[in-house]
Amino acid sequence: MEQPFDLTLIWAGIIGFGIMMYVLMDGFDLGQGILFPFAPDEHTRDVMMNSVAPVWDGNETWLVLGGAGLLAAFPLVYAVFLPALYIGVFLLLAGLIFRGVAFEFRFKAKTSKYLWNWAFAGGSIVAAFAQGAVVGAYIQGFKTENFVYVGGALDWLTPFTVMTGAGLVAGYALLGSTWLIMKSEGEVQAWAYKLTPRLLAGVLFVFAVVSIYTPYVDPLVKSRWFDSLSLIWALPVLAMYCAFIIFRSVQKRDEGLPFVATMGLFAFSYLGLLASKWPYIVPPNYTIYDAASAPESQLFLLLGFLFVIPIVLAYTAWTYWVFRGKVKSTGYH
Amino acid sequence: MDLDPLILSRIQFAFVVCFHAIFPVFTIGLASTIAGFETLSFKTNNPVWQKLSKFWIQVFAVVFGMGVVSGIVMSFQFGTNWSNFSYATANFLGPVLSYEVITAFFLEAAFLGVLLFGRDKVPQGVHLFAAIMVATGTFISSFWILAANSLLQTPDGLVLIKGMYHVVSWTDALFNPSFAYRFAHMALASFLTASLVVAGVSAWFLIQQREVEANRKALSVALWFLLVLAPTQAVVGDFHGLNTLEHQPTKVAAMEGNWETSKGVPLLLFAIPDKKNQTNHFEVKIPKMASFVLTHDWNGEVPGLKDVPIEEQPPVFVVFWAFRVMVALGLLMIGFAIWGLFLRIGGKYYQSTFFLNGLRLMSLTPFLAVLAGWIVTETGRAPWLIYKQMTHAQGLTPSLTGGMALFTLIGYIIVYALVFSAGIYYLLKVFRGGLEKANKPHELDSIERPSRPFSAAHAALEEGEK
Repeated sequence: MEQPFDLTLIWAGIIGFGIMMYVLMDGFDLGQGILFPFAPDEHTRDVMMNSVAPVWDGNETWLVLGGAGLLAAFPLVYAVFLPALYIGVFLLLAGLIFRGVAFEFRFKAKTSKYLWNWAFAGGSIVAAFAQGAVVGAYIQGFKTENFVYVGGALDWLTPFTVMTGAGLVAGYALLGSTWLIMKSEGEVQAWAYKLTPRLLAGVLFVFAVVSIYTPYVDPLVKSRWFDSLSLIWALPVLAMYCAFIIFRSVQKRDEGLPFVATMGLFAFSYLGLLASKWPYIVPPNYTIYDAASAPESQLFLLLGFLFVIPIVLAYTAWTYWVFRGKVKSTGYH
Repeated sequence: MDLDPLILSRIQFAFVVCFHAIFPVFTIGLASTIAGFETLSFKTNNPVWQKLSKFWIQVFAVVFGMGVVSGIVMSFQFGTNWSNFSYATANFLGPVLSYEVITAFFLEAAFLGVLLFGRDKVPQGVHLFAAIMVATGTFISSFWILAANSLLQTPDGLVLIKGMYHVVSWTDALFNPSFAYRFAHMALASFLTASLVVAGVSAWFLIQQREVEANRKALSVALWFLLVLAPTQAVVGDFHGLNTLEHQPTKVAAMEGNWETSKGVPLLLFAIPDKKNQTNHFEVKIPKMASFVLTHDWNGEVPGLKDVPIEEQPPVFVVFWAFRVMVALGLLMIGFAIWGLFLRIGGKYYQSTFFLNGLRLMSLTPFLAVLAGWIVTETGRAPWLIYKQMTHAQGLTPSLTGGMALFTLIGYIIVYALVFSAGIYYLLKVFRGGLEKANKPHELDSIERPSRPFSAAHAALEEGEK
C-alpha cells in the first residue's frame, strides 16, 4: 500500500519520544529507590518517597505505552530484544513489581516498614541496572539470522553491559538527587546537594567509556563520528556543558537548575546515541524499515496514539502542577 | 535431565495468565456493580446505596491494582517466550493489544481518579458519569483482549505473506467467528463473579449482624442478578459450545471424551480418558445425551478425536475434566439462585445461617469456573497456538533453552507468591473493615497523599493499627 507519508519514520519518532519520556521521568523516581539505602534517616526516606509518590505510576505509563507500541510498529525489535535479554527482562519486571508494591504498602505499614524499604530499594536498583544493560546490549548488537535471534541466554551480559548497567544506576541516582534538591528543604536537601557531585563524577566516567567503546565496536559509528567533522559533535559538547552547569549550580545552591541540567545531560547523551546508531534499530543487521510492521497496521494504531498521547501529556502536566512545590513532611507519624 | 522449553513456557504462560485472569474478571463485573449502586443512590437518595458503593469502590481499587501489576508481565510473555508467534502475528496483535493499553490508560487518566477520590469534589451527576465510564471502559478493554484470543481460536481476515500475517480486513479479524460468543460468555462470567462475591461478602456481614439494612439490600440485588445470570450463562455457554463444534470440532470431542465420530453419542458423567490407548475407562453415561445437547437431535452426529492424528489431539484428560468442573460449578450457581428464590418467597433469605454460609463458600466458585473454562478453551486448542495454522512448538522463541524457562518460571512463582499474598492479605483486611470503616471519615495523613488506586483503601497493613 502506498502511503503519502513515511509511517515508519513517524513511528520511530513516537517510540523514540516515548523512551525519552520514560527515561527522564521514571529515572528520577527510580533514583529515589537507588538512594534509599544511603538515606541518613527514616524521615528522609519519607520525604523521598512522598516526593515521587503522586507521579511515579504515571511515569511508568511511558514504558508500557512504548512496549506495546514496539510490538505494533517494530515487531522485529520486540521479537529480538526480548528473547536476547530474556533473563534481564525478568529482572526488570520483578524489580518494577517489587518497587510498585512497596509504594503502595510502605504507607500502610508500621512494623513491616523496613521490609518495604528493602523491596523499594532492591527493586529500583535491579530495574535501573537491567535498563542500563539493555542500552549496552543495543550498542553491542545482536546475533541474528533471518530475522530471528540466534545467540545465547547470557550473550548480553558482558563487562561492557555491566558497566552501562551500573552507569544508568548512577545516572538515575543523579536524576533522583537533583529532583530531591528541587523538592525538599533543610537537612534532606543538604544531603542531596552533597551527593550530586559524586554521582555526576560516576556518570561522566561511564559516559567517557561508552564514547570510546562504541566507535571501537561498530565501524559505522566510527566513520560517522571521525570521517569528517559533522554537526553531531554538538550533542556531546552540549552534554558536557550540561554537566558543567550541574556542577556549578550545585555549588551555588541553585534549587531547580541542577535537575533541569541533568535532564539536558540525559537528553543530549540519548540523542548522541541515536545519532550514532541511526537508522539501525536491531544492530548490526536491521534498520527501522526492516523491523517495521505492515503500513496498514502502523496506520491503524497511529490514530489511537495520536488521540491518547495528548491526553497522557495533559494528565501528566496536570498531576505535576497539582503536586508542585516542596514536599511537606511535618506531622507524618 | 532434559528440560523442555516448550512445556516449561506453556506452564509459565498458564500460571501467569491464570493468576492475571482472576482480577479483571472480578473488576469488570464489579465496575458495573458500582455503577449500579451509584445509579440507585442518585435516583433514590437512599443512603444505603452510597454506603455500599463506598465500600465496594475500595475493594475495586485494590483488585484493579493487582490486575494491572499482573497484566504488565503478560504483555512481555509474548515476546520473551513466544517470539516467533509474536513476530508472525504482530500486524494484528500489536495494534489490538496496544489499543487495550490505550483504553486502560485513558480510563485511568480520565475517570478512575474521579470515581475513587472525587465524590466530595465534583457534583453527584459527574461522579455517577465517571462510574459508568469506568464500567464501560473495562468492557472496551476486554473487547480487545477477547478479540485477540478469539482470533487464535478462529482466525479470519488475515493473509500470510513471508512468515508474517497481514490484516486484509480489520472487521473480519476483530469480529472473527467465535468472538461474539466468547465475549458474551465472558461478560456474563464477570457479572456472575461480581454477583457471587457481593452475595458472599454481604452474607458474611449479615451473619455478623453488621450494617444489616445495607447488606440485606446488597444481598437481595445480588441474588436477583444470580437468578437471571446463572441460567442465561448456561444458554450462552450452549451457543458457545455449538460455535466451537462448528469451528473446532476436535475441542468439542475432547470436552465430550468422544473418540469415534458417531451418531447417538452418550453424555459421559464420569470417565478416565486415556489418550495413549485412544479410549476411556470407567465410563458413567447418559445414553444419546451428548448428541442431543450438541445437535438438538437424539441421533445427531458428534465428531470424534480420532478424526485427527494423535499428535493433533489436545490433552484429552485435562479438557474433559476442566469442562466438567466448569459445568458442575455453573449448575451449583443455578441451584443456589433457585434456593435463594425459595427462601425469598418464605421471606427468610437473610436469616438462614446455613444459606448465608453456603453463599460465603460460593463466592470462590466463579473464579474456579472461569479458570476451568479458560483451561478448556486454551488446552482444547492444543497443539495449535493459532488454530490449524501454527503450533505451540512453532511459536516458541527459538533461542529459548529449558534452563532459561525454568529460571523465570520459578522466578515468577516466587514474585507472584510474595506480591499477591500481600495483596490478598490486604484485601481481606478491607473486607474485615467492612462498610463501617469505608464510611468513616479517615484521618488524612498530613502529607499530601497521592491519588492512586490503592490509596482509596484506608485499612492499615498490620493488625491492631489505627
